[in-house]
Amino acid sequence: MSDATATLTAPRRALTGRLKAALVLFVLFALMPPLAAALNDPFYVLIGTRILAFAIAAMALDLILGYGAMVSFGHAAYLGFGTYAVAILASWGVNDLVLQILAAIAISAIFALVTGAISLRTKGVYFIMITLAFGQMAFFFFISLSAYGGDDGVALMQRSTVLGMDLLKSDFGLYYTTLAILVALFVLCHRIVGSRFGRVLTGIRENPTRMEAIGYSPFRYQLTAFVISGCITAVAGVMLANQAQFVSPAFMSWHRSGELIVMVVLGGVGTLAGPIAGAVAALLLEEWLGALSEHWKLFFGVFLVLMVLFSPRGITGLLEKAGIARRQE
Amino acid sequence: MMNLFVLQLLNGVQLGVLLFLIAAGLTLVFGIMDVINLAHGVLYMVGAYLIATFAAATGSFWWGFLLMLPAAVLVGLILEFVVMRRLYARSHLDQVLATFGLVMIATEAVKIIWGTAPLSVPMPDVFSGSIPLMGPLKYPVYRIAIIVAGLAVGLGLFVMVNYTRVGMLLRAGATNRSTVSALGVDINRLFAVVFTLGAVLACLAGALVAPILSVDTGMGESVLILTFVVVVIGGIGSVKGAFLGALLVAVVDTVGGVFGPIWLREIMDPAAAGQTGRVLAPMLVYILMAVILSVKPAGLFGRTA
Amino acid sequence: MTSLTVRNLTKSFGALKVTDDVSLAVEPGEIHAIIGPNGAGKTTLISQLSGQLGSDGGSVSLGDRDITRLSMPDRVKLGLARSFQITSVLPGFTTLENVALAVQAREGSSFRFFGTVAREEALNRAALKALAEAGLDHRADVLAKSLSHGEHRRLELAIALATEPSVLLLDEPLAGVGGEDAETFVANLQRLKGRFTMVLIEHDMDAVFQLADRVSVLVYGRIIATGTPQAIRSDPQVRAAYLGEEEEAA
Repeated sequence: MSDATATLTAPRRALTGRLKAALVLFVLFALMPPLAAALNDPFYVLIGTRILAFAIAAMALDLILGYGAMVSFGHAAYLGFGTYAVAILASWGVNDLVLQILAAIAISAIFALVTGAISLRTKGVYFIMITLAFGQMAFFFFISLSAYGGDDGVALMQRSTVLGMDLLKSDFGLYYTTLAILVALFVLCHRIVGSRFGRVLTGIRENPTRMEAIGYSPFRYQLTAFVISGCITAVAGVMLANQAQFVSPAFMSWHRSGELIVMVVLGGVGTLAGPIAGAVAALLLEEWLGALSEHWKLFFGVFLVLMVLFSPRGITGLLEKAGIARRQE
Repeated sequence: MMNLFVLQLLNGVQLGVLLFLIAAGLTLVFGIMDVINLAHGVLYMVGAYLIATFAAATGSFWWGFLLMLPAAVLVGLILEFVVMRRLYARSHLDQVLATFGLVMIATEAVKIIWGTAPLSVPMPDVFSGSIPLMGPLKYPVYRIAIIVAGLAVGLGLFVMVNYTRVGMLLRAGATNRSTVSALGVDINRLFAVVFTLGAVLACLAGALVAPILSVDTGMGESVLILTFVVVVIGGIGSVKGAFLGALLVAVVDTVGGVFGPIWLREIMDPAAAGQTGRVLAPMLVYILMAVILSVKPAGLFGRTA
Repeated sequence: MTSLTVRNLTKSFGALKVTDDVSLAVEPGEIHAIIGPNGAGKTTLISQLSGQLGSDGGSVSLGDRDITRLSMPDRVKLGLARSFQITSVLPGFTTLENVALAVQAREGSSFRFFGTVAREEALNRAALKALAEAGLDHRADVLAKSLSHGEHRRLELAIALATEPSVLLLDEPLAGVGGEDAETFVANLQRLKGRFTMVLIEHDMDAVFQLADRVSVLVYGRIIATGTPQAIRSDPQVRAAYLGEEEEAA
């Protein structure tokens, strides 16, 4: 029985390593705005908020992609639900962030429940294509929603209020609120991954037949994870709408879904902290390439193809190859 | 009203035939190689740009068409050799990422080479004009030519799949991948042939549609997702499924788009019907897909997973 | 009342009848071995019993409950567990985690999203107990993928034990295990005898005749004889169809 304690240390070590990585990221995030202020370039704070929002979405996608092996190619839809929850509620005079987040979560939960239930009856290539198609369905829905600008989208008059306070009015306030939400959601995801539910989800990823043979029906666990992931992504959308002060179907095009997957893979699948770093890397790369050339997508595409062909395990894989990061077995 | 319906039905069939050409290659690639290729829509766009370039250079649609074909073969072979070949054994996630990268590369490359302004392709003289159908109703000859050409290719594909050795391997591969390798077939060559065939069919669809559509960089995108819906509905790996799925999707999309609001007017007031119709119309094919999948998760003709 | 009752079970793949009108009555607490030459349909039968594979006709009952239409997870919850012939564990999980998952499935909800499961003492203790019974507790913190073949077989057993079955279907637990390892494994099973009912598919005849209370012989999807090991050994029909070949080959 003395082995029981030894048993628990091995997986825990890997976990604390990831927690440390996340902690470092969060500290860097917290230090960024004063630094931008010192450099006299407050624009960075807005870009930073955008990065934080996408980090939330990438982490949410990792919850199902990394821990559940569900490659959802329709996650931009939930970003869209988040952004439109802000726009639509604002047009009804409801500006409170909490209410907007709740609305975004509610609509995402319903959409994820229905489309997830259909998509999860299939696997592999089918699953990817069906989630993509459902994402596109949501995209077209908002394109034809002429009351909210249709294709062109709609500008937001003001940022959301938080329980009556103008917390988000300043770019700093918005940035730190988004950061707080990211940290909170990271803790949530981290807990989920380490919980009974998380273990079952990971088990299904590893070997669904075995899981059935010990009494689990994969479907309900996968669907639950799918819904949770969609809801968290919607929160990212709410923050994104406040950052851009503009809402349009462009937030939910299938390219966005692809970019979210890129972020997850870039940072390392199934690590939670990795996709946060992946969002930073992907968006900075975008900004940088965009400043270099109007055809930055060409370079980004070449980068993607080369990354897949030569470093199947993303940035983490590259670091491991270079001997910087320890390989986690 | 009846005339409008017939007209939309024909438009639907014409779109369906095009979708079939694109989906046929895609479904074989999915079915046999288990590879997801997001860049398939790009090939459709490339086909259109190729014929636009060659037709402009030679001043003739026909020369453009003839030159497009070998160019399409070349594009397919290069793509297979440089990228796709390395993806067969990889995870679906890797395939998604790499082909997503290809979409970005191709779209930007087309913008760099041809610019962002839409191109147009002259219609061949023989096919210009319209023929009377019924009463005052006329239909453009070229669209009928597309339908005929598409059906002819479809028939050729049907014969190939059902009566040739390659077709036999394709069918065996779609049902059970390991069988084919057990037969001692050079899998790499078979894959290269299938992928290139699919690429050429997609280019062909793009070339056929070029004279009646403005050729631009967005054309691949819109068609890609519809093609996915077709493949999913028809069942992965099934050419027959792709054919029926394509017609179904295209007819529902075209006819539903026009008649949805009209039918809705029967049950609600016109303003609300117009609004609801506009919102629902583009979602119709996806709803169709959802309904079919909830009854048959593997599609109409898919092998049960 | 029998613990597992199979009535007229059939299964065809195309024109091939893999399970042909199989009926079995497994008594509580017994080890009931099913033997037969390769291709007799033993694994298919186990898969039908466990619910991994549907049946074309006939019925399966656990106690007095008809489970013919139930899914594999539902059968497990009622107390019917199986081990796999081809080792099928969760490779990225530790040995303990593999077993703890089985414990978790049997007791309590898995829709708990917050508590850290690795720190749940009750789960770990129960898992360690099952590991000890399979003789693998010393390898609790090793990743399943780095276990040896023999250890894999024990892990299979431990996982099945952890589900606390009333009936355990063992699909060739000794496959690929040789010599001393096999002997300890048989001793392990012997110790577990009587705690629950076991249906054992096994090629190792020594093990079968050592362990089984009764033996059924499956040939081309049909049961040609059922009886005590002694009766089966001397059954001329069985000798002709099966044991004879085996002895000639040996």
